[in-house]
Amino acid sequence: MAFGLLSALIAVPAVTAVAIAVVPRGDHRSVRLVALAGSTLTLALAVAMLVRFSVGEAGFQFEEVRSWVPQYGITYRLGVDGVSLLLVALTALIMPLSVLAAWHQQDRATGFFAALLGLEAALIGLFCALDLVLFYVFFEISLVPMYALIGIWGGADRRYAAVKFFLYTLVGGLFMLIGILYVYFDTGATSFDYTVVLERLSLTDTEQFWLFLTFFAAFAIKVPLFPLHTWLPDAHTEAPTVGSVILAAVMLKIGGYGFLRYSLPMFPDATVRLAPVVLALAIVGILYGALVATMQRDIKKLVAYSSVAHLGFVVLGAFALDPTAAAGSVVQMVNHGITTGTLFLLIGFMYERTHSRAIAEHSGLLKAAPVFGGLFLLTTMASIALPGLNGFVGEFPILLGAYQTVPWAAVLAAFGVILAALYLLWAYQRMFHGPVEGHAVGMADLNPRELAVVVPLVVLMLAIGLYPDPLYDRVNPSVEAIVAEVQAATDIASTGQDAR
Amino acid sequence: MSVLAQLPIPLPLQAMDFPWAAISPELVLFGVGLLVLLLDTAGEQRLATSFSAMGVLLVGAGAAVYFGETFGTREYVLCALVGLAGVLQFALTALWHDRPRTLGAILTALGFAGALGVTGWQWLVSSDPGLLFDNAAIVGTDSVLGDMFAVDGVALFTRFTVCISGLLTIPLGFSYAEERRIHRGEYYPLLLFAATGMTLLAASADLLMVFISIEVLSLSLYILCGFARRDLNSQESALKYFLLGAFSSALLLYGVALVYGVTGSTNIAEAGRAFAALDADRGLVITAMALLIVGLAFKTSLVPFHMWTPDVYQGAPTPVTGFMAGATKAAAFAAFLRIFVGAFAPLQWSWSPAIATLAVLTMLVGAVLAVVQTDLKRMLGYSAIAHAGYILLGLLSVTRAGISATLFYLLIYTFMSLGTFGVLALLERRTQKAVTLDDLRGLGRRYPFPAGLFALFLLSLAGIPGTAGFIAKFAVFRAAIEADQVGLVVVAVVSSVIAAFFYIRVIVAMFMDEEPVNEEAPGTGVVLAPLESTTGTSFGLAVAAAAVVAFGVLPGALVDLARQAASLVG
Repeated sequence: MAFGLLSALIAVPAVTAVAIAVVPRGDHRSVRLVALAGSTLTLALAVAMLVRFSVGEAGFQFEEVRSWVPQYGITYRLGVDGVSLLLVALTALIMPLSVLAAWHQQDRATGFFAALLGLEAALIGLFCALDLVLFYVFFEISLVPMYALIGIWGGADRRYAAVKFFLYTLVGGLFMLIGILYVYFDTGATSFDYTVVLERLSLTDTEQFWLFLTFFAAFAIKVPLFPLHTWLPDAHTEAPTVGSVILAAVMLKIGGYGFLRYSLPMFPDATVRLAPVVLALAIVGILYGALVATMQRDIKKLVAYSSVAHLGFVVLGAFALDPTAAAGSVVQMVNHGITTGTLFLLIGFMYERTHSRAIAEHSGLLKAAPVFGGLFLLTTMASIALPGLNGFVGEFPILLGAYQTVPWAAVLAAFGVILAALYLLWAYQRMFHGPVEGHAVGMADLNPRELAVVVPLVVLMLAIGLYPDPLYDRVNPSVEAIVAEVQAATDIASTGQDAR
Repeated sequence: MSVLAQLPIPLPLQAMDFPWAAISPELVLFGVGLLVLLLDTAGEQRLATSFSAMGVLLVGAGAAVYFGETFGTREYVLCALVGLAGVLQFALTALWHDRPRTLGAILTALGFAGALGVTGWQWLVSSDPGLLFDNAAIVGTDSVLGDMFAVDGVALFTRFTVCISGLLTIPLGFSYAEERRIHRGEYYPLLLFAATGMTLLAASADLLMVFISIEVLSLSLYILCGFARRDLNSQESALKYFLLGAFSSALLLYGVALVYGVTGSTNIAEAGRAFAALDADRGLVITAMALLIVGLAFKTSLVPFHMWTPDVYQGAPTPVTGFMAGATKAAAFAAFLRIFVGAFAPLQWSWSPAIATLAVLTMLVGAVLAVVQTDLKRMLGYSAIAHAGYILLGLLSVTRAGISATLFYLLIYTFMSLGTFGVLALLERRTQKAVTLDDLRGLGRRYPFPAGLFALFLLSLAGIPGTAGFIAKFAVFRAAIEADQVGLVVVAVVSSVIAAFFYIRVIVAMFMDEEPVNEEAPGTGVVLAPLESTTGTSFGLAVAAAAVVAFGVLPGALVDLARQAASLVG
């Protein structure tokens, strides 16, 4: 069997990264062209994947299976369903835009662009992997380039942030590795293949409980769930602009994706049992993130905390155990990637001009740079989940679905939506309205390159906001299958208990 | 009639059926060691000594042929080889007397390569199922030299590890030794003798043989550690290693005596059987096990018998440290495997809890103490301790999967440790002193190649996927979880995270800290020379890096090899 589309999606950025790193003494001009070409080709492949994906099917498509380390039962198995499809597409979309956004990167440009492309390969691999060890491998590999991006090209406190990011994720990952190995031996020690494992898994309640926690450790840190979120504001604040963009747009989604792909189907009983705890943490995250965001003086940190809140909705959607909410959760992951990514890009553009991110040091930006101000407003609105924009079509189904299964969580989460409006609009008002003062004086508006980065994202916000069906058509079957599996498993368990 | 007449008439000298083939790797290593040593003495005194040395060799060979009437063809071949060596030695010294070190290095490399080749041949023979146990004269688990040796999978695999380690140490250490003016003649022979001891240890099937091999390798290493005579640290290193090593050898010997006292045999397999059948006093068994464990724990530097490790690793010449860290560990763990997992497996109740405790302590203490180090060699010394703890996970699972995981880990660790210490040797040549974290600041910007390699080796030590270190860690974790040792794996995970902290701290210093403003070594005011890598160093590092990446991405073949080795254990 020849290598398929998904392998190509991983290989193209990986090869580009190696080419950038190995070809000696490329100046930043040639390096960025290669990076742009590689990531654009990947995007083209992702578009091909979107087109060829057959809508309405729940199972995995474009599957590839080959043995990797047969001695240990590790396979190289790839495939996408509705959930991973969108996340792969999101990754492939964000990357060329990130390369374009970092166009003037001159400090060690070779390493910078190699890290970006390497990260893209690892992230796409992670979403496509259908073997537990393969997933773990991509999960950990993605750590290294991101760590380098934050630590080498980040702000003043970058070392602390990078090390914190690295260690947090590593801890979670290693616990997940124990879980993976345990699951492997529980299923007869034959294969780490996801489908095989899922089929053969038979765990006692206690085993499920502990194994759920091992996987939960990895994903809760990634999402990040309160109280494991503390690495995120540091990482976001110190990371270079595109680092923040990728972190927010793609890497936080690993957690949400992991819950839906691994935690729920593999440990349904434990999921049901622990869902109230997880939901409570998610709600705390939504409210706490929003409150802390309100108090921030640094606009980048504000958006970082808003991520904690927004990702709380994703977790809420996943653990509400309702198909509508779960589908909303997936779409919300994409939406958050687009809007928060855009916010970080815009803040980055502003920082390049004013060298400040302090809210108080900016005033009247809308007058000084109207295009910038307008786009920022639109993105802010999308982030607040204004109907007609993409944030709404993700958050609303989550609340709708959650209300049916866990009404208390839905009600509390709704306060988070209100708070989001508060902190984002307040910040917007302070920075963009008022007299043109401080850094805003003489600030240049967005240039064509920057517009080329942001406009596609803004168009998507509008498009998804007005017509989200194409997303839901692809997500729904897969998500329904996952939720049905959990419900079926727990129904059997509960009827078993009744019989006794 | 005198008493004498009653004595039986002495039989004509009967040459024992000597298993040349079975211990051929040791013979190659030892023989080349002698040759290089002779070459060196000849090199010092030029032609006169060279002639006399050759004369002695030839006379010896001639005498052997004359007296040994019962010799077979093989013995004649051997004598011829000895004679040839003498001629070769004369020729080489005459031709190359101005560059004795290069000659020594090349011959030593050839010796390691030869031993590697011979081991490969043994492997091919032994992996042919029809031949293995039938042809005990070549390879077999029994009756080699009166049960002194077991040339089984563990022995063969460890020979690979030791020989590869030696082979890479030579190019990595060449320029370092030159510049520190410690490139004396005994360096290479000692390396070879140490390797001989290590391979012997890995093949020892008798507790006395274990003791003798440990002495052979330790004595060589004591000298190697103190090789930098003018360096106080190096002297301290050698003395410390010697004193504590002697102490541990004594304990080991007590253990051997106790085992012999209880079972009437020093043969590992026999003692194991006797112990199982004997229903011996529990206290006695536990004492015997404890003494054996302590003796070996010193060599593998398990906490709390690790006190010497950081000091010795720090003081020894860096290439020696790299060699020691990988190869000694491989040999000592091979002995661990043969004694405990092999013969004494039925006595698991007596040693398993003790070793498990040592493993937990080793993993945690090694990692935690590494965090507070600023001297990189000390840090890597503590890191080596932590890794010994991970290796114990494989051993403690007492399964074939565990054995293969242990062997696999040891080989991978050898590459990683040679790589890290190789880079350190390179850096030390620049700073002319011990390398601290401060010295690394901004290295990534100025010298991306060595810094990048260093980062690769450190990430591998941290067990990040894509590197061989991950596969090795995965293998031992897998074996441990299969054996229901989840608790130990959790400890290993905690230790790994702590360890990751200090590995990435080095990467932070190299790539993320600002470069010092002037090219001075911090605090000393000495202007740093530019970092120059020699061909040898680059070659050695490239091989180690290639191995770390290749076995990280496609480990299948090596995993198979380690599995096969585990299946060849008697």
